[in-house]
Amino acid sequence: MKTPAAAVIGVLAALAALPLALKSDFLSHFVIMALYFALLGQAWNLLGGYGGQRSFGHAAFFGTGAYAAAIFQLDLGINPWICLVLAGVAGALAGALVGALSFRYGLRGSYFALVTLAFAEVFRIVADSVPFTGAGVGLQIPLKQSAANFQFADKLGFYWVILALTALATAAAWWLENSCFGADLVAIRENEDAARALGIAVERTKLGAITLSAALSGLAGSFYLQYFLYLDPRLAYGVEISVAALLVPLIGGVGTVFGPLVGAFALRLLNEVSGTLTGGAPGLNLVLYGALLILILAFLPDGLVSLFPRLARALRPRRPRHA
Amino acid sequence: MLALDILLPALLNGIATGAVYALVALGLTLIYGVLHIVNFAHGSLLMLALYGVYFLYTLAGIDPYLALPIIVPAMFALGYALQRTIIATASHGREENVLLVTLGLSIIIDNLALYFWSGDTRTINPSYAFETVDLGVAFIAVPKAVSFAGALLITALLWLLMERADLGKAIRALAFERRGAELVGIDVQHTFAMSFGLGIACVGAAAALLLPSYYAHPGVGESFVVIAFTIVVLGGMGSFLGALLGGLIIGVTESLGGLFLGENLGRIGIFAIFIAILLFRPTGLFGQRA
Repeated sequence: MKTPAAAVIGVLAALAALPLALKSDFLSHFVIMALYFALLGQAWNLLGGYGGQRSFGHAAFFGTGAYAAAIFQLDLGINPWICLVLAGVAGALAGALVGALSFRYGLRGSYFALVTLAFAEVFRIVADSVPFTGAGVGLQIPLKQSAANFQFADKLGFYWVILALTALATAAAWWLENSCFGADLVAIRENEDAARALGIAVERTKLGAITLSAALSGLAGSFYLQYFLYLDPRLAYGVEISVAALLVPLIGGVGTVFGPLVGAFALRLLNEVSGTLTGGAPGLNLVLYGALLILILAFLPDGLVSLFPRLARALRPRRPRHA
Repeated sequence: MLALDILLPALLNGIATGAVYALVALGLTLIYGVLHIVNFAHGSLLMLALYGVYFLYTLAGIDPYLALPIIVPAMFALGYALQRTIIATASHGREENVLLVTLGLSIIIDNLALYFWSGDTRTINPSYAFETVDLGVAFIAVPKAVSFAGALLITALLWLLMERADLGKAIRALAFERRGAELVGIDVQHTFAMSFGLGIACVGAAAALLLPSYYAHPGVGESFVVIAFTIVVLGGMGSFLGALLGGLIIGVTESLGGLFLGENLGRIGIFAIFIAILLFRPTGLFGQRA
């Protein structure tokens, strides 16, 4: 089912109007984090949702982007905005590397999931051991607030950046639904052997998808760095990122344009509620992630967006029978 | 050149640890071979069993080796119940969902452990912890020697069960041809859950053998799940002999890697093997085409 372009533009326009309602730092932070999760989830969704290649290690691309942004600005003094682009490139390269290796050797399903996880772990151990990542101590970006330095005094600045990045990712999902490349990708998800028999360049299509997905993950990594100004191997390459990336679209709706947006807002909302209830005890929000993952697979395998048509039908006034 | 009296004990220690790794991997390969489930919660269940053995020792004073008859049935029951209730229900029988469901389980178990038992590393000190046996060529710690022998014994028992017992035959029949097994009257859901239970029972046994020379920590599962997968993939998914041999190879690799590269980088050796096998020979040493 194709998503109309008007719907995509409408939703993004509504999000662009949101700052009018963001009167408190708390609300701004909430929406920024939701959009950041949506970006992370949409990146995963492009490969895992439309392409059916479910990665367990998207942190490999996220973390590589984040470290690239940090190292380029700390060691080489490159402007953080250029670092944002470089982070996307670094993420894409990591994705292309993982993709080239695993797709070339025909890894599918569980094997693909496991190999991506292994790559993320290797990257984490390397980042924990080599000097230029600051090893276990991590890297701190010195506070120097100015828009030219990609550090905003006002949260609203971050809001516009993350909105633009998420819009880019959403547009990419819309493009997949409306392009030959996307059609090839979906065909591969449905039946890889049949797609190959039809003459689709399976490896090249999958490689394109993972590179795109990883580039967006790298951008998310750079945003994370500028927003929190700190990075260590666990934050960059930890399981938490990989799980969030797949959980967001699963909750919202895998392989849909709006699934990651819906899933991200739902997940952040739940996070806030559970954080208030449990007093933010460490680890408990991950317990919630795990439970959500199982519950959504058990009871709502098509995600929250699958509720919308049902809801619309229920709300529509019934036409009288003898009109 | 490295002296032989450093290399040999490292080698022996690696083999001893590898035997226990093999036992963990055996459970994983059994579950995969029959159910075609990639059980991502395997390491977390091992962590749970380690805490079980730890608390039996500290609270009830039961020696880890004597705890075997308690922890093994307990883990079997847990495995059986998990498969029958959560895994079968939530995955709707689709392989790609099983991986996600067991991932969810592992996240829940790991973080509940972190919440309730904190991130402290817990060890026990039984009287024999620092005794050694002389093997002629080198000394090896008693717990290591016991775990080696125990792991081999349990592997042999499991092999016997699979070859001779009715349950083993039913499991193999189901792995071979599901429809046919159903037709001759094998209860599919029950046998699936029994296989899962057996796989988790292996983990329980491994925990009891490991704890005297190892530790309990909420993060154990995360590191073990990759080790177990590496072994299974190396040996070939579903292969018993492969898991045994793979376990020994990984045990030695880890031990020697730690010796030459330090503990942190030494672990990369395992991942490197894992990735290399997945890429170049995903069927492993003894496996059939997946």
